Amino acid sequence: MASRLLLKNLSKRHLLCSAFASRSASTLVLAEHEGGSIKAQSLSAVVAANSISQDNSVSMLLAGSGSSLQQAAKRAATCHPSVSQVLVADSDKFEYPLAEPWAKLVQLVQQKGGYTHVIATSGSFGKNILPRAAALLDVSPVTDVVEINGAHQFVRPIYAGNALCTVRYTGSSPCMLTVRSTSFPVPPISANAKSDGAPISQVDLSTLDEDSIGKSRYIKLSSEDTERPDLGSARIVVTGGRALKSAENFKMIEKLAEKLGAAVGATRAAVDAGFVPNELQVGQTGKIVAPELYMAFGVSGAIQHLAGMKDSKVIVAVNKDADAPIFQVADYGLVGDLFEVIPELLEKLPEKK
Amino acid sequence: MVAVKRVVDYAVKIRSGVETQNLKMSMNPFCEIAVEEALKIKEAGLAQEVVAVTIGPANCVDTLRTGLAMVADRGIHVEAARELVPLTVAKVLKRLVKVENPGLLILGKQAIDDDCNQMIAGLLGWPQGSFASKVVLEKEKQVATVDREVDGGLETLCLDLPAMITTDLRLNQPSYATLPNIMKAKSKPIKKYTPEELNVEIKYDLEVVQVTEPPKRKAGVILSSIDELIDKLKSEAHVI
Repeated sequence: MASRLLLKNLSKRHLLCSAFASRSASTLVLAEHEGGSIKAQSLSAVVAANSISQDNSVSMLLAGSGSSLQQAAKRAATCHPSVSQVLVADSDKFEYPLAEPWAKLVQLVQQKGGYTHVIATSGSFGKNILPRAAALLDVSPVTDVVEINGAHQFVRPIYAGNALCTVRYTGSSPCMLTVRSTSFPVPPISANAKSDGAPISQVDLSTLDEDSIGKSRYIKLSSEDTERPDLGSARIVVTGGRALKSAENFKMIEKLAEKLGAAVGATRAAVDAGFVPNELQVGQTGKIVAPELYMAFGVSGAIQHLAGMKDSKVIVAVNKDADAPIFQVADYGLVGDLFEVIPELLEKLPEKK
Repeated sequence: MVAVKRVVDYAVKIRSGVETQNLKMSMNPFCEIAVEEALKIKEAGLAQEVVAVTIGPANCVDTLRTGLAMVADRGIHVEAARELVPLTVAKVLKRLVKVENPGLLILGKQAIDDDCNQMIAGLLGWPQGSFASKVVLEKEKQVATVDREVDGGLETLCLDLPAMITTDLRLNQPSYATLPNIMKAKSKPIKKYTPEELNVEIKYDLEVVQVTEPPKRKAGVILSSIDELIDKLKSEAHVI
């Protein structure tokens, strides 16, 4: 009886194996670069590609112009052992990551390369460009994916993360996704991982469809110059809410962040009130973060804010109101006045190593 | 043209199974902002007419009436019994744009369950200003200068009209429709279409397999002192 059962299981597994082997994938990752380096979030897209299929060739697509692009391409070639090819689109049209030329580029590269999957991380770059490209390729994209269950089944949060929806993609190639970088962490890559690096090839842009390119023009980017680590990938995040009462008081949050080597975050209320610029907003409509330590000061814990940080490993909340919803997700809570707690923390915390 | 979507009210707490039968439904908050922006543009004399559009089953007309009460002169309801995939929604909107010829298409940047509005701009070949926190229209030059909230800060783009904008939360503060306007809205015309009448092939390339509750976090503790907090973070959580 037992042996028959064993045989049955073995034959099932054999079938699964052969099905898997014949279903090889090829993935195009839309990558971002800055100052000659690949942005950390783009590597998450490569990690996500690995979950799609064991047999998956990953190509990274970069666009831009000039030497910083070529430098980024060289970095891309060795950034992750899974990357088997780097495609570079070098043109003035890509000087800024505008959706119109990028979508046409993806269409062009897809038509030539016939990839089974196209992935970008779901930051403002991916969210802006991938759906437009999907429309040009006549497919529905799956956005904000947090889990990949095979080549065509994905899990994504809905209702501000209060529910998880598993969807199956049943359309034609390519299957297009944006993935949450916090759900696909990049393991540290050993120095010897890929000594040679993937081949780099220039994309032939001579047949790039010009229609709609040029109708949008980049004017400027206003951003705060900061030495703080990137909010999306920082190990520790210190967030302040409206209870900080002023931009001046917010400096306390910054001091604490400095002491911990952390990034600074803010709630939507704090940004709306003008205490800090929008790029610090954590939440459903801001950035999604999942650091090792998330410290929230004067944050009530509205659903939309929780949606942006509830996957943090350790959550600390400090609030005067013992009934604040934030305490329901906090691992460690302190009911107290942040104006007293923060100075004491600054005094007592060990210096960062 | 403004697109509005009827969704579960954002303040409703969702539990697993997501039974939407008796839940409070309202206009997607981002669509409210889109409607408000259309109102501001019309009040500034930069638009002659605002058309509100919704796609979905019969009860979506409620949402359309709200749009009509706020600002829209006419409404369009594309009736679809089943939830359409983003690609089909985009194709329907494209057809409507071809019929109506608006100079500006405004949508919310995301809904409670999707965020694919950029697709329509792709199908139309129009420039897109997504996640807009400020829109300035210049009629003579036929351009829109848009400030967008991006990961790196605030990006400013100049778009040739006709263009598509998706609204971010800080674009404006939606106002409420006044009672007289709500009454007037009842007699504003709503044109009905079906996707078939618009020559849109309904394709389903996404299938919902299941909806589940996310794993719950383990309950935390309230500590009594900062010393205790630092100690826990060091020796228990090992994060500092």
